[in-house]
Amino acid sequence: MSVPQVELKNMTKRFGANLALNNVSLLIRSGTVHALLGENGAGKSTLVKCLVGFYHPDEGHIQVDGREHRLNSPRDADALGIGMVYQHFTLVPSMTVAQNLVVSGARLPAYINWQSELRRLAQVTRKLPFHVPLDVRVSQLSAGEKQKAEIVKQLYLGRKLLILDEPTSVLTPAEADEVLGHVRSLTRAGELSAILISHKFHEVRRFADDVTVLRRGASVRTGPVADLTDDALAEAMIGEPVSKMVQHAPKSPPKSDIILSVRDLCVNGDNGLPAVKDLSLEVRAAEVVGIAGVSGNGQLEFVEAMMGQRDRSGTMTVSGSPFNGTRREIARLGVYGLPQEPLKNACIDRMSLAENLALRNFDRVPLCRGIAMNYGALAEQAERLVAQFRVKAPGLNASMSALSGGNVQRAVLARELTQDVRLLVASNPTFGLDFVACEETYRRIVEARNRGTAVLLISEDLDELLGLVDRVLVMSAGRIVYEVSADGADKRVIGKYMAGMKAA
Amino acid sequence: MSSISGIEPVPSKPLGTAAQLSVALPVLAVLLASAIFAAFVALSGQNPATVFGLIVQGGFGSSFAWQDTLSRAAPLVLVGLAVAIPAQAGLVIIGGEGALVLGGLAGAVVTLPFAGVHALPMQLLMLLAGALIGGLWFGLAGVLRQYRGVNETISSLLLSYIGIAVFHHLTEGMLRDPASLDKPSTHPIDPSYMLPTLPGVGVHAGLAVSLLLAIAAHVVLRYTRWGFALRVVGGSARVARMIGLAVNRWILGASVVAGGMAGIAGAIEVAAVQGTANSSLIVGYGYSGILVAFLARHQPLAIVAVALLIGGMQASASLLQRRLGLPDATMLVFQGLIFVCVLVADAIAQQLRETTRR
Repeated sequence: MSVPQVELKNMTKRFGANLALNNVSLLIRSGTVHALLGENGAGKSTLVKCLVGFYHPDEGHIQVDGREHRLNSPRDADALGIGMVYQHFTLVPSMTVAQNLVVSGARLPAYINWQSELRRLAQVTRKLPFHVPLDVRVSQLSAGEKQKAEIVKQLYLGRKLLILDEPTSVLTPAEADEVLGHVRSLTRAGELSAILISHKFHEVRRFADDVTVLRRGASVRTGPVADLTDDALAEAMIGEPVSKMVQHAPKSPPKSDIILSVRDLCVNGDNGLPAVKDLSLEVRAAEVVGIAGVSGNGQLEFVEAMMGQRDRSGTMTVSGSPFNGTRREIARLGVYGLPQEPLKNACIDRMSLAENLALRNFDRVPLCRGIAMNYGALAEQAERLVAQFRVKAPGLNASMSALSGGNVQRAVLARELTQDVRLLVASNPTFGLDFVACEETYRRIVEARNRGTAVLLISEDLDELLGLVDRVLVMSAGRIVYEVSADGADKRVIGKYMAGMKAA
Repeated sequence: MSSISGIEPVPSKPLGTAAQLSVALPVLAVLLASAIFAAFVALSGQNPATVFGLIVQGGFGSSFAWQDTLSRAAPLVLVGLAVAIPAQAGLVIIGGEGALVLGGLAGAVVTLPFAGVHALPMQLLMLLAGALIGGLWFGLAGVLRQYRGVNETISSLLLSYIGIAVFHHLTEGMLRDPASLDKPSTHPIDPSYMLPTLPGVGVHAGLAVSLLLAIAAHVVLRYTRWGFALRVVGGSARVARMIGLAVNRWILGASVVAGGMAGIAGAIEVAAVQGTANSSLIVGYGYSGILVAFLARHQPLAIVAVALLIGGMQASASLLQRRLGLPDATMLVFQGLIFVCVLVADAIAQQLRETTRR
């Protein structure tokens, strides 16, 4: 079976009144990597979900090698050799790679002849330009190896068009380069075509042949990558000329007073095993300290323990006073946070926008006297914050889940940063946000720092981190393994520490 | 995106359509259940119109019927609150029956040592004892959930069976009045301690107690910071912890208060109707309370209305039996049908909400 040429023609998809795809056409030439760029909500995932048979387009059709096909289910996509690699892994951790591959077959016989299956597997993997251990449990693989195993799985299943949905978001830069490099060489060798969904321009530039930019459900720019500059791509994505990225305020030498001090912090993960081990760090006033690391190295547990969401041992002091996350301490010491996925982690989706804006001070004057709530004052505060932070919402009483991701973030920024903030803990604050909301988040964080707030920024996005921080710490396997000031930071060295390797 | 100016400052209310939906669906569910019930009685050889007529007559057709309905509604309101209050904190506690019977037992025995005292303190003492024991019983479910990870729905249901067993054990053993021969009971409470009848209504004062508690629950949940905090805890424990709320304490508190409500219901049944604790207390009020709370969408004032409806249905059962020879359990079938339909309607509403969100 040769590699097919897949074409999507005039795809339109509506969800109620919402036009998710507006007459989008896309041509994936045989043996190429086609990148799909766009902000969140631009329609990228809707488009590929049509291609794998999860959604049915209202208009338009899909052609494979010039013949029209109707994909009613993922099974039809499978028959055409179209498969998807997700951002997060879909392998069973407790099974070996080989077992995972075999059971992934659509039609399993009642009796599995492991010998012949393993022989077939070996044949598939022998031709590959990279090696994945077959008899090792998936739980023991590194993130990069898991992602490679996902790709091997697609090849084993005979897929010829791979859709890669932000496949590198959980990988170190080196792992990302390796995985995408392999995809690239497989397409060059005529084994595959691929669609690469990405936010990262440098990935698109290095690994894709063609690129299509989606904005608000429409295809706004398409062509060979070589013909388009980064600026042109960014402009197409956000629909207006790119303003300068957030300018770093000149790095003043940090003031001497320590705001946050963590000593010998130990935290257990959900599985009861230590996730954070004897971690110590300090953050000074008017300083942004970044924690880099591949996701799942204890950052989440660390942040939750600091915010009082998780049990811990060790000490944490803010401005010299012990902090355990009670309401009184939060108000007195000024500890606030910007969690990732704010709708889930910083908002109550079934409460209204106005009430969510009041989560920090609902029990204080003027919102509350004695025990009686004053909903008038609560609405006034909401109106003020919504205007000040330009939150767009159907109304103050709209439930939080009716807001777009960027506006949820604006609401959380409004709530957290209008308090008397002395320590701000931001954890992947821009994860899943669109360009404009990201920029705004960065700007607000830098502003807070310039007012003297100590900021601890945990991010899996190294570029984001290096653009904002004064000092970088690298977290790996629950420990801080490396520290460097932002001026002296070398991405490659940081990447090696992130991957848990002893750096040169 | 429309502008947000000119929005009235009111506490959180779901969008218009969602609010309409939350009223329409229970009504539809009751109608559907009535249709199925009509088919059921038709199959038993009765005319559905006659049956529904008798239900209305037996529940609401005379002052006697109203008295019966109201005195049944009183405990139903309280056990409904026992489900609705934890529901605000995201808990589904369905063990009201156990807390009710143990609360009733506590109320029945707590005044026995005191004879010839002023009635009012004794009456308060009975209610308090019921509240304490009921609160303790639900508190166990709360503790098991927060500190041992045991699902509160299952533990409260199982604790309910344990509570009923303890009730039998004590009323037939240690606390049994040797004079109660055919029906093991505790010693009867001093008749002067019984709750008085409300003047002009002909129903015991327990009705006033339960109405007052329903109004209090409404006010606390809607207009105080406690209600606000409880909704935050119920909405997301993670976020509640982030903003510094002691989630464990709120969950425990909600459980204890809810158990207290069920316990008071038991104490009222003893202090106003039975005069002693015996197996007559175990007639399924606790389970009917689950239905009441779900039909009322866990809104305290709606619980009062639904409790009247369900109370009326239960009051009419004896009329159905006398006139048509339909067994007592007929009304249980109707109740069960309503409950199933409400649950299905809830599931459909959930799906509707998710598809419109996407």
